[in-house]
Amino acid sequence: MYEDMVLIRRFEEGAAEAYADGLIGGFMHLYIGQEAVATGAITALNHDDYALGTYRVHAHALVRGSSPRSLMAELYGRATGCCKGKGGSMHFFDAEKYFMGGYGIVGGHLPIAAGLGLSMQMQGNDRVVMAFLGDGASNQGVFHESLNMAKLWDLPVVFVCENNFYGIGTDVRNSSAFNEIHKKAQGYGIPGHVVNGMDVLAVREACEEMVRHVRQGSGPVLIEARCYRYGGHSMTDAGKYRSVAEAELWKKRDPIPRLAKSMLEAGIVDQERLDQIAEKANATVIDAMMYAEESPVPDASSLYDDVYVENHGA
Amino acid sequence: MPEIRYFEAVQRALAEEMTRDERVYVLGEDVGLVGGTFRATEGLMAEFGARRVRDTPIAEAAIIGMAMGSAMSGLRPVAELMTLNFGIVAMDQIINHVSKARYMFGGQVSLPMVIRAAVGGGTQKSAQHSHSVESWFVNTPGIRVIVPSTPYDLVGLLKTSVRSEDPILFLEHEGLYGSRGEIPEEEYLLPFGVAEVKRPGRDVTIVAWSKMVHEALKAAEILSREGIEAEVIDPRTLDPLDIDTILGSVARTRRAVIAEEGWRNVGMGAELSSRIQEHLFYELEAPVQRVAAADVPTPYAKNLEKLALPDAQRVVDAVLKITL
Repeated sequence: MYEDMVLIRRFEEGAAEAYADGLIGGFMHLYIGQEAVATGAITALNHDDYALGTYRVHAHALVRGSSPRSLMAELYGRATGCCKGKGGSMHFFDAEKYFMGGYGIVGGHLPIAAGLGLSMQMQGNDRVVMAFLGDGASNQGVFHESLNMAKLWDLPVVFVCENNFYGIGTDVRNSSAFNEIHKKAQGYGIPGHVVNGMDVLAVREACEEMVRHVRQGSGPVLIEARCYRYGGHSMTDAGKYRSVAEAELWKKRDPIPRLAKSMLEAGIVDQERLDQIAEKANATVIDAMMYAEESPVPDASSLYDDVYVENHGA
Repeated sequence: MPEIRYFEAVQRALAEEMTRDERVYVLGEDVGLVGGTFRATEGLMAEFGARRVRDTPIAEAAIIGMAMGSAMSGLRPVAELMTLNFGIVAMDQIINHVSKARYMFGGQVSLPMVIRAAVGGGTQKSAQHSHSVESWFVNTPGIRVIVPSTPYDLVGLLKTSVRSEDPILFLEHEGLYGSRGEIPEEEYLLPFGVAEVKRPGRDVTIVAWSKMVHEALKAAEILSREGIEAEVIDPRTLDPLDIDTILGSVARTRRAVIAEEGWRNVGMGAELSSRIQEHLFYELEAPVQRVAAADVPTPYAKNLEKLALPDAQRVVDAVLKITL
């Protein structure tokens, strides 16, 4: 998990540099600060459970095991990207890893997650679906429709709400009439739990327990992980709606040194090993960036590919 | 050949496909116990059980999103939206998610799903229940749009839709559910992208679909008495569109009228008219005519509704305008 978190951070730092250099276009939403949530939650899944996320989805794909090369190439808009350069930052997808995508419409993926859950239930297997969402999504109609149906049919879905307290630039207190999001789930008879999203061990422990519960057929759960993104909503947002003091306070709770410290204290690792992990992540990201840069752009002939499976001679 | 009604055609097609393929299931509002607002899914729950014929809450976005999630992971859902008016509530799911997923994810996923919905006006249901907005979806790449006008076409096209690997919007006209038509007893399928000449003629080509096919055929009867022989073509599927059959006909008749129930402004008729002119400008004897709904929200009062929606007489008038 430590390696995952370090890789996520290096990957996004590399992506941010490339974005600043104009090598990556469009919207790009960084996850720096929230690493403990995706890492703790996704590592609680089996390899063939489904996971899907929002538009802030780099970390989730990385923890799921997607190749950093194919993800970086996707950011660069290259043919070797995970979506052949058609999806970009917000739409990472990796069918082989059962990673069912990032979606650019807030909350829009929640019924899709419920549908994956329905599919698992109807096919009679015990696989679960983990759907990430932000605090802002809990104000969307589809959040309520999806929770209602997931509970109505007791579907195997773990909703993981990454509450970073801001829906783009609006404080959750100004956007949610009732802002204890885990209790919104309880309104549908769904167990809702709150966890410290800056503590990867706490997230992992809570998710393991909830995944087990869901896998047994007890219906959906919602975990609210309280966390913080250090940057703005996206690369084009400086995040000036937040105070410096607030951001500094959260940075003191950084999940990466936190885990390093507890591992060092427990004698599980030494500083040398931690340095090696950082170096390895760095090398992986540099390799991914070089790979992306050297990869070809999509061929013009691919413009019309993959709209449909069946062409009907058109 | 036995005669069945349009709503029974839905029942037959779905029952055959559900029997053939275990992965096919139906979900939607009142589709199970009630058997569908238009009786289109009547009998399915009794035959296939509540696991495969699922009554949902009134939650259109969730119905479509869940169909999508299940289509991505091994099932073949047929989602009913009752009427397309409620489909507008699910527009985000249909347009932003269903139609884009395959492309946006680099072809890694296909969505073998059907969205069924009733369309159309003419029964004084007023503005929010009288839509023929197929052009919105034809305007969107990534989703096929099917508009059957007869029970025969409905069975053959719905079965093809259920078997398609692509997402399908299957639009049934409310005013046709009680209409009758012959279909063979043995199983059959109809291909997408193949128009049918519903009536041959030499003087003018009328392109019409869904309920307007029947208005166009009535118009052709009236015109025939005046000595004008109209060819009526039903594309049956608007996406994919069999433009070759339409152009071939207009190349012969050299006159074209497009008859649709949707709004005129930037509608399907505008697209077809443009395509005909792109290809046949020098062969045309007269400008392409469009018969469509008035660009107003459909009114309730019977006389106003009649003024707003196109009918056979409007088609006759349009033809006469370019043939006299």
